[in-house]
Amino acid sequence: MAEIEFRDVTRSYPGGVTALKGLNLTVADGEFLILVGPSGCGKSTALRLLAGLDKPSSGEIRIGGTVVNDLGPGQRDIAMVFQNYALYPHMTVYRNLAYGLKQRKTPRAEIDRRVRETAELLEIGGLLDRKPGQLSGGQRQRVAMGRALVREPQAFLLDEPLSNLDAKLRNQVRGDLKRLHREVPVTSLYVTHDQVEAMTLGDRLCVMAGGEVQQIGTTDEVYNHPANTFVAAFMGSPPMNLMPGEVRSGVLQVAGAELSTVPCPDGPVTVGARPEHLEVRSAGGDGVVPARVDFVEPLGSHVLITADVDATRVVVQAPAGTGYAPGTAIGLALPPEHTYFFDAETGEAQLHRERLTL
Amino acid sequence: MTRWRLPFSPWHLVLIPLSFLLLVPLLWMLITSLQTEGEANRFPPVLWPASPRWENYTEAWAAAPFGHFFLNSFTVTAVVLVSNLVVCSVAGYAFARIRFLGRGALFVTLMATLMVPFQVTMIPVFLIVKWFGDNVWDVLGIDHIGALMLPNLATAFGIFFLRQFFQTVPVELEEAARVDGTSRLGVLFKIVLPLSLPAMSTLAALTVLTSWNDFLWPLIVITSQEQMTIPLGLSYFQGAHHVQWPLLMAANVMSLLPMLLVFIGAQRYFVQSVASTGLKG
Repeated sequence: MAEIEFRDVTRSYPGGVTALKGLNLTVADGEFLILVGPSGCGKSTALRLLAGLDKPSSGEIRIGGTVVNDLGPGQRDIAMVFQNYALYPHMTVYRNLAYGLKQRKTPRAEIDRRVRETAELLEIGGLLDRKPGQLSGGQRQRVAMGRALVREPQAFLLDEPLSNLDAKLRNQVRGDLKRLHREVPVTSLYVTHDQVEAMTLGDRLCVMAGGEVQQIGTTDEVYNHPANTFVAAFMGSPPMNLMPGEVRSGVLQVAGAELSTVPCPDGPVTVGARPEHLEVRSAGGDGVVPARVDFVEPLGSHVLITADVDATRVVVQAPAGTGYAPGTAIGLALPPEHTYFFDAETGEAQLHRERLTL
Repeated sequence: MTRWRLPFSPWHLVLIPLSFLLLVPLLWMLITSLQTEGEANRFPPVLWPASPRWENYTEAWAAAPFGHFFLNSFTVTAVVLVSNLVVCSVAGYAFARIRFLGRGALFVTLMATLMVPFQVTMIPVFLIVKWFGDNVWDVLGIDHIGALMLPNLATAFGIFFLRQFFQTVPVELEEAARVDGTSRLGVLFKIVLPLSLPAMSTLAALTVLTSWNDFLWPLIVITSQEQMTIPLGLSYFQGAHHVQWPLLMAANVMSLLPMLLVFIGAQRYFVQSVASTGLKG
């Protein structure tokens, strides 16, 4: 097991595309870190660079303190789980698991012991004589995990390993992964575009966009203290609502309504509020933002109301049973302790009320 | 109302008679090989020999050192086959997966050679083979079976064909193998080739067929009887003024048997090769 370190790692391609811009990231020994971001954000590039399947244009990658820039993928002692599993179709499950050990000239008895142990751990012991083509999606996923586990590598790299599973199975495997990491605490770097997966799985998250790190932090930090509007709008389902507002002589104004006083400099500001923190009031009250209901989605435990504040679409989570006809005028209250402020131009987070009230 | 349907595709009504038409030369060869010389030269042709003359086969076998021709043909085909499979797969893999300087240009050049008919390159190839025989190793030179192997050790078609197939192998499999500690060459032999058996079999079948049946090139470079392959040996029965048709046809049937076996065994791959590349070998 080992620490993983990216130091100013950049990957640009001929033609001027830069997939990764100066990545600095440390994954602690035994940590489960999630790289999350929309497609094209550079997360997969980072993983491929770490695996040695691609070379950085500049910067240094270290595994366990050793610079691995010039080592081939096979010399880095890492194991990777691919999105489509990449099981060798012409080999049985047993041989798939044994392959990496065989390549490393592990004694036959040792291979057999480890393959059976891993198969046991993943509950695929009964499938060892089958070929990948005869397995279900979930079973293939387990074999792919097993092929990585059996090697007992310095680090696991997982490239969207759950995205080919159906929703129900994905939840189950997510739980299995958590349990597995507790039993075998190997340093893991996990790439996903699914923020729910990111939130539920990781010790820490690294949110990326446009080849750059947006924020690194625990689930709680990233969710409750987003560093900028990108993180705010990316994490959470539905994501944080962002509305244009303005501070005039210390008073916050959104869509013409005067809200509470804020300790922000005067000028335009982007106001953020999570759907679960917005409260629906009757229209025209004091200190509420005027909005017009677009549609209501009942989800059983609660309903989601989609409304327009001027030209901005806002989603509000309301108790089950709440119903409004489309076009109804409502008022939205922003609890001061759950209101976020971002720079209107750069999107960087400004003071957060929750911190002020502490 | 139930519609009356043929128990087979109506196309078969056209295709079956057509395939019989294609069988006619083969049948005629078989029939002639059992006739006497008198019957073979009669007009209108005799469609069935009065009594099948099986001796044609033993006489044809004895008339020329056929065992020797078979051995030569077999040696040439075997060497060309093995070499093609090895060289074309390695080259095809490089073209499919490894980025190197000039890959595109080199590949286009290779493809361009496919468009040049053999008749155009025949003389330069002859001179090159002669030079090899004179300067490198006489076994490779003119009038040795080595001369039949040397220009055919790898073919542009084979490289192209395997490259196309290798490109369809999911690249993640190769990446997984490399992360598992396999070398580039190991990836080719342990992952890509086992998954490319259909393509390899197709190439093998085509190579065997082409090599075994090659007539023009052996005719140009081989003059001594002991270096001749089967197709050349067959010309034994074709004198300037007189052709011994029954013996020639009997010899033909014998020379065809190995290829017939290859074809029956690998028919699926022949069909695949035409379907998958849009080209015929």
